Amino acid sequence: MAVKGVIEVEVELCKGCGVCIDNCPTETIALSKSVNGRGYNFAYPENPESCTGCTNCAIVCPDTVITVYRAKV
Amino acid sequence: MEQNIIKQEKNKVYQKSKLLIDRVMHYCPGCSHGTVHKILAETIEELGIQEKTIGISPVGCAVLLYEYIDIDWQEAAHGRAPALATAVKRLYPDKYVFTYQGDGDLASIGTGEIIHACNRGENITVIFINNAIYGMTGGQMAPTTLEGMQTSTTPRGRSHIETGFPIKITEMIAMLPGVVYATRQSVDTASAVRKTKKAFLKAFKSQELKKGTSFIEIVSTCNSGWKMTPVEANHWMRENMFPVFPVGDIKDLI
Ligand code: SF4
Ligand code: SF4
Repeated sequence: MAVKGVIEVEVELCKGCGVCIDNCPTETIALSKSVNGRGYNFAYPENPESCTGCTNCAIVCPDTVITVYRAKV
Repeated sequence: MEQNIIKQEKNKVYQKSKLLIDRVMHYCPGCSHGTVHKILAETIEELGIQEKTIGISPVGCAVLLYEYIDIDWQEAAHGRAPALATAVKRLYPDKYVFTYQGDGDLASIGTGEIIHACNRGENITVIFINNAIYGMTGGQMAPTTLEGMQTSTTPRGRSHIETGFPIKITEMIAMLPGVVYATRQSVDTASAVRKTKKAFLKAFKSQELKKGTSFIEIVSTCNSGWKMTPVEANHWMRENMFPVFPVGDIKDLI
């Protein structure tokens, strides 16, 4: 059993600031090459399998657009 | 498959506070204001004081703060938030009253108000955002601008000979006997955000003791005004702002 996490980014509300990426200890997140409706390269879990659900990314997101789930699987 | 097993309501460990209104904040990407607003909403939600909290919003970038958190608000004239908070708190001594002010508002035009409110030991919480610049009006020098820092009004860098030193308001405030809690925090990393939230919880709780003013400075970024990316701004802040404005508690009589 390992502790695993899943993040959910509200893509249309993300401003692509990258602060979540800088605070993720597992290099789970990256900015997309495509843009959202407001023209921002939004954050998405590029390496979803490495997420531990630590919540760091969600805590530092100035626009609070990340929801985090965590479970032992 | 595994993702779907984890992504269930019972496994949710972080979500947006219910007190944050569903409205896109007008701030630039990566601005510290958004993070502080979030902590404020979480604090009020966790303490269960939504119906008993009255905020005083400032003039400056955070002028629209009342649009983002679902509590009662008053909007103050520039720098006058502590005076308005005094009136509100004296009329409603059992409400939780706070001001939210930037460095231009609190440390320049409103210096008189904040010093005297703290000296009277008004039983309020003050949230002071120090990003060393006037963000809203185009990045002019603020009282807290660092020496040598380039702004639109100090293109060759601030010099104390012309414009004085970066003012350490929180240290000055801490000297006043009316102040029970003075701390300086930041919101650039997850652990910093957690510490700042603890400070918020403590400051709001302290209003119940009716012992005096609680004051929280947040060393913040204005990445647009500083002309950096949000991530660069956080790194620059740690390297350049923290030596002048070190984080930690300055006074704690709670
Ligand atoms: S911190 Fe928030 S707004 Fe910034 S890139 Fe990450 S998810 Fe988007
Ligand atoms: S929850 Fe933690 S590990 Fe997962 S993406 Fe966010 S910061 Fe990275």
